[in-house]
Amino acid sequence: MKIMIGQGSCGIATGAKKTQAAFEKEIADRNLNVELDCTGCVGTCYLEPIVDVYSDDGAMTRYVRVQPDRVKRIVEEHLVGGHPVEEYAISEEDRQFLDKQQRIVLRHCGQINPEKIEEYLAVGGYEAAKKVILSMTQDEVIEEIKISGLRGRGGAGFPTWFKWNAAKGNPGKNKYIVCNADEGDPGAFMDRSVLEGDPHSVLEGMIIGGFAMGATEGIIYCRAEYPLAIRRLEIAMEQAREKGFLGENIFGSGRNFDIRIKAGAGAFVCGEETALIASLEGERGMPRLKPPFPAAKGYWQEPTNINNVETFANVPWIIQNGGAAFGAMGTEQSKGTKVFALAGKIKKGGLAEVPMGLPLNDVIYGIGGGIKQDRRFKAVQMGGPSGGCIPAELADTPVTYEDINKTGAIVGSGGMIVMDEDTCMVDMARYFLDFTRKESCGKCNYCRIGTKRMLEILERITQGEGRDGDIELLEELAAKIKDGAMCGLGQTAPNPVLTTIRYFRNEYEDHIYRHKCTARSCKALIHYEITDKCRGCTLCAKKCPVGAISGEVKGQHVIDQTKCIKCGKCEESCKFGAVERK
Amino acid sequence: MNDKTCSGCSGSGEKDRLDALEPVLEQYAKTPGSLITILQKAQEIYGYLSIDTMNRISEATGIRTAKIYGVATFYAQFRLQPIGKYLIMVCKGTACHVNGADMIEEAVSEYLGIRDGETTEDGLFTLNNVACLGCCSLAPVMMIRSAEGDETYGNLTKDKVVQILSEIRERKQGGAEA
Repeated sequence: MKIMIGQGSCGIATGAKKTQAAFEKEIADRNLNVELDCTGCVGTCYLEPIVDVYSDDGAMTRYVRVQPDRVKRIVEEHLVGGHPVEEYAISEEDRQFLDKQQRIVLRHCGQINPEKIEEYLAVGGYEAAKKVILSMTQDEVIEEIKISGLRGRGGAGFPTWFKWNAAKGNPGKNKYIVCNADEGDPGAFMDRSVLEGDPHSVLEGMIIGGFAMGATEGIIYCRAEYPLAIRRLEIAMEQAREKGFLGENIFGSGRNFDIRIKAGAGAFVCGEETALIASLEGERGMPRLKPPFPAAKGYWQEPTNINNVETFANVPWIIQNGGAAFGAMGTEQSKGTKVFALAGKIKKGGLAEVPMGLPLNDVIYGIGGGIKQDRRFKAVQMGGPSGGCIPAELADTPVTYEDINKTGAIVGSGGMIVMDEDTCMVDMARYFLDFTRKESCGKCNYCRIGTKRMLEILERITQGEGRDGDIELLEELAAKIKDGAMCGLGQTAPNPVLTTIRYFRNEYEDHIYRHKCTARSCKALIHYEITDKCRGCTLCAKKCPVGAISGEVKGQHVIDQTKCIKCGKCEESCKFGAVERK
Repeated sequence: MNDKTCSGCSGSGEKDRLDALEPVLEQYAKTPGSLITILQKAQEIYGYLSIDTMNRISEATGIRTAKIYGVATFYAQFRLQPIGKYLIMVCKGTACHVNGADMIEEAVSEYLGIRDGETTEDGLFTLNNVACLGCCSLAPVMMIRSAEGDETYGNLTKDKVVQILSEIRERKQGGAEA
């Protein structure tokens, strides 16, 4: 028997380590012959910690939300008694989350132990790299990727083969292939999951890409915020070197190729290629004008190609199964599958990998199970700070690069933050502008000053001090910044504002002209009232930090609006739902 | 707190302190493009980057202190002030924002009496807002980093935050007495 415990960052955050310790103890106490192993994130983050029990005939029982108190029963009844504990097993409904997906990038996540190269080899790992290095030409590899139609999964969606080909064609003493693992988009976590759950697939993708463009060295630029990903990558690289897949004379071909990790230091702008290169060189991560493109003059002025984690993870599959098989999925322009990170006000948060072209609705409702507490679905934010909010009315939009662009948002790295009626769209715009303003590198005026001015206006509006003409001013500034900013960060920074104005202009108007926040979220525009549901239990009066609530025991209480600081403690504490936010 | 040295003067204590950096400088100082790596290693050792540390790095690498300071202030990871034993990183990613990250920050601030970037007087806690911890489906989330390792806490509420922090505080105080 074998037990696999999901130990990605989210599994560990929900207590997978404690669960593992509990299993270790129970197994040792009973002297059982059971193998205990760890795996990456399977993607159903809302069910963590997840424990898979494999019986000797290969049948697998998946247990979900396995906190230590559930361990004893699983060991007693299943491991010893041979009867799975149905009560703790994954439900039919939750199984749908995975069954409806088509997994290429995540094909091994949650299936293999990421810290053991043998397990990756057992599922056909490094065969694609071996085939490429020993029996294909550079042009053949590039052609295969061209047939697949693979486009960059990091945000811009640029054809991967084109970049490889350009870097191949440019002369240079050294050439570099860089993996952008600086997943900076707040709300996206697929790259982290792949790095933690299947690091070898990324290394293999880099070996293949490195061969195709003629790279002498590979560099992974990974966020320092992902310590587990860095550790697993280091282990994977060491193992690959031992096997002769990295280092000198790889696969016995006489070719040398090695990869090293550079830890990023926390700057969103380093997702931009030229900024990333500056950061690799130990400088401030500031973008520069293009051309020359990195494919001609990149790291240390040499031809450099940068792809993102998810892009690389697709590559070994494409080589093994053929570009045509990959291209058969998705749509004409957007081929293959894409991983989406579902989060926000969604019932089932996690990673969903689906063929491109699936309507948004199918992802949000079909896989994600719809909105938490069955509230009204208002919008979905895609593309993070460079993207926009797509309203519920457009939820039948197919998820392709082109269709999502038409809505004003972008596919981006694939973060999908779902919002319900309690999310204020003006506040969302403010949130993203606050983010881009902080992350602006400061090099060009439009971005540095423009985002600051836009933020000031949005702050004013959410504080109830919006003025007539503010919406128009935002639109004007947005257009100027889009035109004038030097890099992608600045050019896309106004998108969250423009999309919310386009689809939720009424909310802006409510804030400015009627001093009302319809989502009841902006503090300055709401107030609390106690309704006649009040039983006079006095709890809210006790909880109120400023003594704004008065009333007799068993009599209706009243809030003194002049004293109230709108902290919401009364609403939180009331057991009768008598405190209303208006 | 006997090892506290004045960051403005370079007494012998300061020299001893900087010795820990030497192996790092030996390994990286002459490799072009290693400044960020050196700063990261230095911060791992000292918990923050003091002016003395940056001056020493400047000496060893030949990069001007002003430029080192420029790099150190550009990236969110680097701190120029000492931090507490427990670094509380409140996630301000989009999913966390939608699920009430501001409330979580408020709860930490209220309980500890510190704001973003500040450290408690007893040197136990520092509060830092961070962009995204990548545990979006567990939002709202915070991570607490200490000598014991990184611990991530998900699905937080105000009450949970207070409970987590008070447990750490009690454990520390209990440990001090024992």
